[in-house]
Amino acid sequence: MSVAAGLAAGAVRRYRAGRRFRTSPAIVVSGSVIVAATVVAVAGPLLAPYNPDLPQLSQYFFGPSPEHLLGFDASGRDVMSRLLYGARTSMLGPLAVTLMCMTLGSLLAVTAAWRGGALDAVISSGLDILFAFPGILLAVLAAAVFGAGLVAPVLALSVAYTPYVARVLRGAALRERAQLYVAALEVQGASGVAICLRHLIPNLLHLIVAQATTLFGYAMVDLAAISFLGLGVQPPNADWGVMVSENQQGIIQGFPLPALAAGICIVVVVVAFNILGERLYERGEARQ
Amino acid sequence: MHLRFVLRRLAMLAVSLLVASFVIFSAIFLAPGNPIAALSGGRSLPPESLRTLEVRYHLDQPFLVQYWYWLSNAVHGNLGLSITLRENVSDLIASRISTTAGLVLYASILIIVLGVSLGILSGFRPGLLDTSTLVVTAVSASLPAFVAAIVLILVFAVQLQWFPSLGNGIGFLDQVRHLTLPAFALAVSSLAIVARVTRSAIREEARREHVQTAISRGIPTAQLIRRHVLRNAAIPITTISGITVASLIAVAAVVEVVFGLAGLGAYLVQSAQSKDLAVVQGISLLLVTAFVLVNVLVDVLYAVLDPRVSLGSRAQ
Repeated sequence: MSVAAGLAAGAVRRYRAGRRFRTSPAIVVSGSVIVAATVVAVAGPLLAPYNPDLPQLSQYFFGPSPEHLLGFDASGRDVMSRLLYGARTSMLGPLAVTLMCMTLGSLLAVTAAWRGGALDAVISSGLDILFAFPGILLAVLAAAVFGAGLVAPVLALSVAYTPYVARVLRGAALRERAQLYVAALEVQGASGVAICLRHLIPNLLHLIVAQATTLFGYAMVDLAAISFLGLGVQPPNADWGVMVSENQQGIIQGFPLPALAAGICIVVVVVAFNILGERLYERGEARQ
Repeated sequence: MHLRFVLRRLAMLAVSLLVASFVIFSAIFLAPGNPIAALSGGRSLPPESLRTLEVRYHLDQPFLVQYWYWLSNAVHGNLGLSITLRENVSDLIASRISTTAGLVLYASILIIVLGVSLGILSGFRPGLLDTSTLVVTAVSASLPAFVAAIVLILVFAVQLQWFPSLGNGIGFLDQVRHLTLPAFALAVSSLAIVARVTRSAIREEARREHVQTAISRGIPTAQLIRRHVLRNAAIPITTISGITVASLIAVAAVVEVVFGLAGLGAYLVQSAQSKDLAVVQGISLLLVTAFVLVNVLVDVLYAVLDPRVSLGSRAQ
C-alpha cells in the first residue's frame, strides 16, 4: 500500500461511518427516549404543572386525579411535577461522570498505547489497582468524608469507572497504532500529539461514543442508588433516586405509585442508554 | 497451572490491598474535623489530657507512621472504636458480617444456577423462549437493585404475602425466608447479564468449526454439548459470573437498607451519614478486601479453565 493509500484509509473509514449509519427500530426507540429525557432535564421546570416543593399534607398519598396524573407523594407534593424537576439532577450527575471518565480514560489509554514501554506498564498497573474499588463503595466513602451531595459521589464514580473504560480503549488504541496510516504519518514527520488528536482518537470515536452511552446508564443506576441511600442529592430537592426513598413507605401502605413512577423513570432511561450503547458497539465491531 | 502465574497474581493482590488501605486511611485522615474533638465529644479538655490522647492515638506522629499503626492494628483485627456506639469496630463488624455474607452467597447461587441455566436453555433452543428471555433480560439487566427491591416487596410481600419485607428473622429457615426477597433483588440484574453472556457464548461456540466437525462425525448430542460447546463456553461464563458476583459485595448495601437487614452495608451507610469514620474505614477495608479476593479467585479459576492464560499469552 502506498503512503497516500495508507493515509486515505483512515479518512475513508471515517467518511463511510457517516454514510452507513442505518437506523433500526431499537435505535430509534432508545434514541427517542434519550432525547425526551434530555428535553425534560433542560425544560422540566417549564413543563411542570405545579410547584414541586409545595407540601399539602392533607393530600398525603392522594390521587391520581385528572389534575394530578400521578397523584401526591408522602409529603403531599405533586408527583408529576417532582419527576419533571428531578430529571435535571438525575441526568446531570451521570453526564458529569461520563464526561470526566471518558476524558480521563481516553487520555490514559491513548498515552499508554502511544508511548508504550515503561509508561504503559505504569498506567496499566495503576488501572489494575484501581479495579480494587467497587464504584458504589468509593462513592459512599467519598460521601462520608466530604459530606453528602452530588459532587463527591460523581468524582468517586468517575475515578472508579476509569479503568473499565481505559482498558478497552487501550486495546483498541494499540490495534490502531499498528495501522499503516499511522506509520505513514510518522514517516512524514507528523508529531505524536497531532496524530493522536487528529487521526487516532477520531478513529476510536465510535468505540468512545458506544462506551460513553453504556457508561451513562451505569452511572445513572449508581448515582440513583447513592441518592436513594441518602448520601447523594439531598431532600427536599427532587431527584428520582430520592423520590423512591421518600415514598418507599407507600409501597407497604398501599400507595405504590409515587415510588414506582420514579423507579420506572430511572429504568426506562437506563434501558434506553444500555440498548443504544450495545447497538453502537455492535456497529463499531461490524465495521472493523 | 503455572506457579509463576499464581505468584504474580498474589503479588498484585498484595499491592492492590496496600494501595486500597492507603487510600481509605488517607481519605479519612483528610476528612474535615478533629479526631480529638470527636473523642472528647466536643468538650474542651485540659492540655495534659489532650497530650495523653494524642500520644495514645499516635496523633502526634507523622502521617505515614499513623498509617502504619492503623494498618498493623487492622491486620491484627483491631479497627479502633466506633464514636457513636463506643464499641470495638471489629466486634460491631463481626455481629453483622453473617447477614451480608449470607445475602451475597444466596444471590450468587441464584445468579450462577438460574442465570447460567437460563442462558444455556435459550442458547440451545432458538424460538419463543429465546426471544422472550432476550427481551426480559434486556430490561432486567438495567434494573437498579433498589427498584427491583420495591417491586418485589410490592408483589411478594404486600400483594401475595409470601415473604416478609423487613428484618433478619430468627433461626436458619426463617432467616433464609427473610433473605429470599433481598437475594432476588440483589441478583436480578446480574442474573440477566450472566444469562445474556452465557447465551451468546454458547451460540458462538456452536458455530465453531470443531463443533461442526463433531456433528458430522456423528457424536451424540449430549456429549457434543458437554464436551465441545460447554467446555469452551465455560471461559466467558466464568469471567462474567465472577465479575458480577464480586460487584454484589458493594451493591448489597442498597438492598440491606431497603429490607432493613442488619448487615455490613447498611451499617456502612448509617455510619457514613453519622460521620462515624472509624466504622466507615473498617467496613470499607473489609469490603474492598473481599472484592479483591473474589477477583483473584476468578482469575485463578480462569487460568484453570484456559491454560493459555497462565502461559502468559493472555487471551484478549
